[in-house]
Amino acid sequence: MLNNSSTEYGLITIFIHWISALAVLSLFALGFWMVDLTYYSSWYKTAPDIHKSVGILLLFLTTIRLLWRFWATMPAPMPTHQQWEHQSARWAHRIIYVLMLAIMVSGILISTADGRGIWVFDWFQFPAVGELFDDQADIAGAFHQYAAYSLIGLVFIHAAGALKHHFIDKDSTLTRMLRVKR
Amino acid sequence: MKKHLIAAVMSSAMLAPMFVANTASAADYVIDTQGAHAFIQFKVSHLGYSFVMGRFNDFSGDFSFDASKMDQASINVDINTDSVDSNHAERDKHLRSPDFLNTAKFPKASFKSTSVEDKGDGKFVVNGDFTFNGVTKPLAIDAVMIGEGDDPWGGYRAGFTGTTHFAMKDYGIKMDLGPASANVELELVVEGIKK
Ligand code: HEM
Repeated sequence: MLNNSSTEYGLITIFIHWISALAVLSLFALGFWMVDLTYYSSWYKTAPDIHKSVGILLLFLTTIRLLWRFWATMPAPMPTHQQWEHQSARWAHRIIYVLMLAIMVSGILISTADGRGIWVFDWFQFPAVGELFDDQADIAGAFHQYAAYSLIGLVFIHAAGALKHHFIDKDSTLTRMLRVKR
Repeated sequence: MKKHLIAAVMSSAMLAPMFVANTASAADYVIDTQGAHAFIQFKVSHLGYSFVMGRFNDFSGDFSFDASKMDQASINVDINTDSVDSNHAERDKHLRSPDFLNTAKFPKASFKSTSVEDKGDGKFVVNGDFTFNGVTKPLAIDAVMIGEGDDPWGGYRAGFTGTTHFAMKDYGIKMDLGPASANVELELVVEGIKK
């Protein structure tokens, strides 16, 4: 039920997957929109605060997710898929994790370059790393932007693959990430 | 003993050309940015309730003057705009972006004086061309002579302060901070060491 088996995903993996998906899509949309707000928009201050808070919570979740992934049983790739499909899916997943981590770390490097920590909502302050290299905020900012575009591109391909398996091949690739078998 | 003598001879031999240069161009000064005895500070209203202050950390320049002939004085300053510092990483990143200073495209701002009006009493007005965000326009700085004289380390220094202001729109700055924040005030402290 909670744990994965060698053929099925359990509730923990499914829950983390969909929460993360929701967070990544929302963070992208929010980030894309907030950088063009005018100074007198009521969101000018609020939107970046939410973006940073949710982003840091996602960093925690992703750390737990990666630990869980190494520790837990993961279901084998779908036996009906081709070898190249297994390989490309595996690499897509790896690159998604790397991009997510890189985006979240670069986001933190933008905001904390002056030694100020980041308030996660009003709950706690994430500590500042300070200025580790010259022009940190600008370099991390450009990286953050293009890495986020790349991630969304890859997420699109990832989702298109899942939908293709569901609607064209009519296999259980998508459904096994949606519901728990007993 | 011998060592001291050699050191004394060598150092005076090295210093001699500096004294010669001193008398040759008596009225030229380099702005002491090396020792950070010069400041370019800006001040912009925040919502009409308060101010944001900041400065440019990296600039250089020189001036030339004679206190008795102030109207013949001149000054040139070059500013590296990406050194803008308002003590907030996210805001500074925004200030460097095309919304404000566009520092990738216009990394330099400069002020070159064209004329100086002596107002007496140590006060004067420096007229010049101010290039900022790729736009060049005339700008007048109200300046005050603070003092001049020997410093304790063998040099000769002279110092001034200046204030001026301009509308951000006049220099093509895109971001609209609202009506209360349309202008930037500049506060300058310029200390020079005689060349
Ligand atoms: C996977 C998670 C994330 C995604 C998909 C994401 C996406 C984005 C996007 C698309 C932008 C707009 C980029 C632009 O057009 O300049 C942005 C901006 C920004 N993000 Fe994120 N972000 C994530 C996580 C984070 C985190 C964890 C932080 C920091 C705690 C953060 C801080 C920022 C900041 C400060 C900006 C504004 C950059 C600027 O001033 O140009 N982000 N983000």
